[in-house]
Amino acid sequence: MPVLFPHGVVASQESALIVQATLLMLIVALPVFFLLFYFAWRYRASGRGRHMPNWSHSRFDELIWWAVPIEIILVLGALTWTSTHMLDPHKPLSPAGDAMVVQVVALPWKWLFLYPQYGIATLNFVEIPTQTPVEFQITADAPMNSFWVPALGGQIYAMPGMINPLRLSADSPGDYHGVSANYSGAGFADMHFNLRAASRDDFDTWVASVRKGKGVLSAPVYSALRVPGVAATVAYARVQRGLFDRIVGQFLDAGSPMRH
Amino acid sequence: MNFFGTLSIDSFVQTSAVAMGAQVFVIVAATGGVLWLIFSGTLDWLWREWLTSLDHKRIGVMYLILAGIMGVRGLADATLLRTQQATAALPSSGYLSAEHFAEIFSAHGVIMIFFVAMPLIFGLINLVIPLQIRSRDVAFPFLNSLSLWLTVAGALLVNASLVVGQFSAAGWLPYPPLSELAFSPGVGVDYYIWALQIAGVASLISAINFLTTIITMRTHGMRLMHMPMFTWTTLGSMLLVLFAFPLLTVVLALLFFDRALGMHFFTSTLGGNPMMFVNLIWAWGHPEVYILVLPLFGVFSEVVPTFSHKKLFGYTSMVVATMAITALSFLVWVHHFFTMGAGANVNAVFGIATMAIAIPTGVKIFNWLFTMFRGRIVFKTPMLWFMGFVSTFVIGGMTGVLLSIPGADYQLHNSVFLVAHFHNMIIGGVVFGFFAGFTYWFPKFAGFTLDERLGKWAFWLWVTGFLVAFMPLYALGLMGMTRRLYVVDPSWQPLLIVAAVGLAIILAAVAVQIAQLVVSVRNRERLHAGHNPWGSHAPEWAPLPPVDRTHNTGVAMCIGALAFLGGFGMVWHMWWLAILALAVSAVLFILPPFKHV
Repeated sequence: MPVLFPHGVVASQESALIVQATLLMLIVALPVFFLLFYFAWRYRASGRGRHMPNWSHSRFDELIWWAVPIEIILVLGALTWTSTHMLDPHKPLSPAGDAMVVQVVALPWKWLFLYPQYGIATLNFVEIPTQTPVEFQITADAPMNSFWVPALGGQIYAMPGMINPLRLSADSPGDYHGVSANYSGAGFADMHFNLRAASRDDFDTWVASVRKGKGVLSAPVYSALRVPGVAATVAYARVQRGLFDRIVGQFLDAGSPMRH
Repeated sequence: MNFFGTLSIDSFVQTSAVAMGAQVFVIVAATGGVLWLIFSGTLDWLWREWLTSLDHKRIGVMYLILAGIMGVRGLADATLLRTQQATAALPSSGYLSAEHFAEIFSAHGVIMIFFVAMPLIFGLINLVIPLQIRSRDVAFPFLNSLSLWLTVAGALLVNASLVVGQFSAAGWLPYPPLSELAFSPGVGVDYYIWALQIAGVASLISAINFLTTIITMRTHGMRLMHMPMFTWTTLGSMLLVLFAFPLLTVVLALLFFDRALGMHFFTSTLGGNPMMFVNLIWAWGHPEVYILVLPLFGVFSEVVPTFSHKKLFGYTSMVVATMAITALSFLVWVHHFFTMGAGANVNAVFGIATMAIAIPTGVKIFNWLFTMFRGRIVFKTPMLWFMGFVSTFVIGGMTGVLLSIPGADYQLHNSVFLVAHFHNMIIGGVVFGFFAGFTYWFPKFAGFTLDERLGKWAFWLWVTGFLVAFMPLYALGLMGMTRRLYVVDPSWQPLLIVAAVGLAIILAAVAVQIAQLVVSVRNRERLHAGHNPWGSHAPEWAPLPPVDRTHNTGVAMCIGALAFLGGFGMVWHMWWLAILALAVSAVLFILPPFKHV
């Protein structure tokens, strides 16, 4: 259960929030269950509970069950306010701004990852260093999708013409499952990827090995990726300059398909 | 311009065996039904007594029949979805294609909400409200009949897509840009749009009708604060319809303009904004769930006092809570898309507004519980449904509050946890509530009660089936399973098989309910009930003077048929048909009053 037993700081805070909120709600829910079954048994027709057919109003009692839920919602509301600001996907994880940037493009039905600091790109898999804040800058060149890696933290929508940032970080090395969570057409079920978190050294070695490869993410290669269909994993040693900006910007101009 | 628009012989070709089976079934069932009507000689009786009737009770019954028929379709869809997911653990890909699976989950949602749940509540409201406020009928009997037949037209349009063309594969709320022409070039989304446009207008007309009825036609001396709770919750629900449904009409119209006229309201390009669609549709969609559940809250407020032999506890609180839910339900729509990336302030405000609804809902539950306190509770089936409702609804309420906390929602949204939550609310609240109300009021209209033994069987099977079918989905959501997958990870398969077993138990429950109806009708002498079999003090149980009604009209049904044809014309771009149908409807609608001039 990656949501409850996560591997990243964001997902850990989110799972703690889920547990806290559930415990708070049990303060109301458990009495409801208890009273429901206790009253049902105690005041059954064949039972010996007192019968007061006209007792239908008690200001004091009603005050209690307006007040108790209100107080719990006040506490939950405060928790919501602080946690929503703390877990805002747009908020940087560390104040220094030293996050690694991964640009993400949801394509019909594949995920493209660009690493602007390294000049490389990958298709349908992504590698990040552990213990490092990563800023995913997410967009789409397809219907709306949602970028979700349950073990690392919550999702955000991938939408055409927009960059939606999501900050995540991985605690420990491992392979984590990533998916699209928002239905985007027939190939949606195949739209998943592996996220590998590796130690800084292993990550650097991996980047170097990708750079030695041959694949280039050029305009024609990218055009081929825009054709609906599923694809295997690919690593690109080089990326055409300005590609990501043009992917995002294409929807803002004349609305014609992307020109290269 | 082509006479048949975009329709051609190829439109009738279905690609898979399952789809062809459905096509043949609909054609055979429709022609068989029509032939039976003609040759059994019941058509005349049906026309005179039912189809043209303006009596609110008969219209109510016809709504329930529509919901029953469409419920069978919706359950058949659910069966296909559950069996596909249970068998399609990779590398196996099950028996449905990705496209067909998408059509089925879209149709399942649309049918269950618009053509099962809505007719169920409109059926109950039609049957009970005039009796409860002791008026002769509704304010506008003709419009009441028109609402029914427009709803039927929408339902027929959904089923027509099984025969010719296909249904939308873009989900029960077709988010653009997926639902735009570029990504959904077929007629599926157009069937969706026109089925819901027609049914949506029907709901709006009904809301105006019942609001007018409740406000102006209450019996002498029944002030607002004397109204029974079912009337209050219906009032809340109809206010929501009045304000929410125009939004649906507009957003569907704009989507159609995009698709048919090349406009750009919701496209990604040329200044269109898909996020606008998502906002608008949920500004309707969230009130919609309260439209469905509020009247059933009212049902429980009638059932619990009756079977506890005690007055309803905290009537004023109940009224306040009902109206609080009505107002708050318009202020929470953003919680359906916290993950779209609005700022933390926006998300937090909408999250807290959502939780606030838990307060009046919690008060209602405590008031019901304290109605049981110091009562003499008789556990007839309606009371059992109440027990089932509270037990399951509290679970759904808790998962709902979890989903309303943005930080938690990021991890739960779009997973099957969400699917489990809303089925939890709709089945535990709306469906169980309807069964409570149906069993409770059945003797008022039929003159005999429903068989208790089979009713209890159905109850236990439903509750068990619900738990077995949906609790695994909560777990699967936490395991990272997203919704709408036609193939699944093998590690999810065991729980998906459990869920499929749960559905089988629900199907058994439905079979028992059908048997219950048959057995009860057969044993109606033995089950004969007087005017007030439960000993209720509510006004609808007091005997009414017989209503002598001779006024019938087939105009509403004709307009319904024309709406179907017009909708079909819009779907297939046969503009002449759409315009003609609209023009003839307008004439039929305006003409009747002039008959007497």
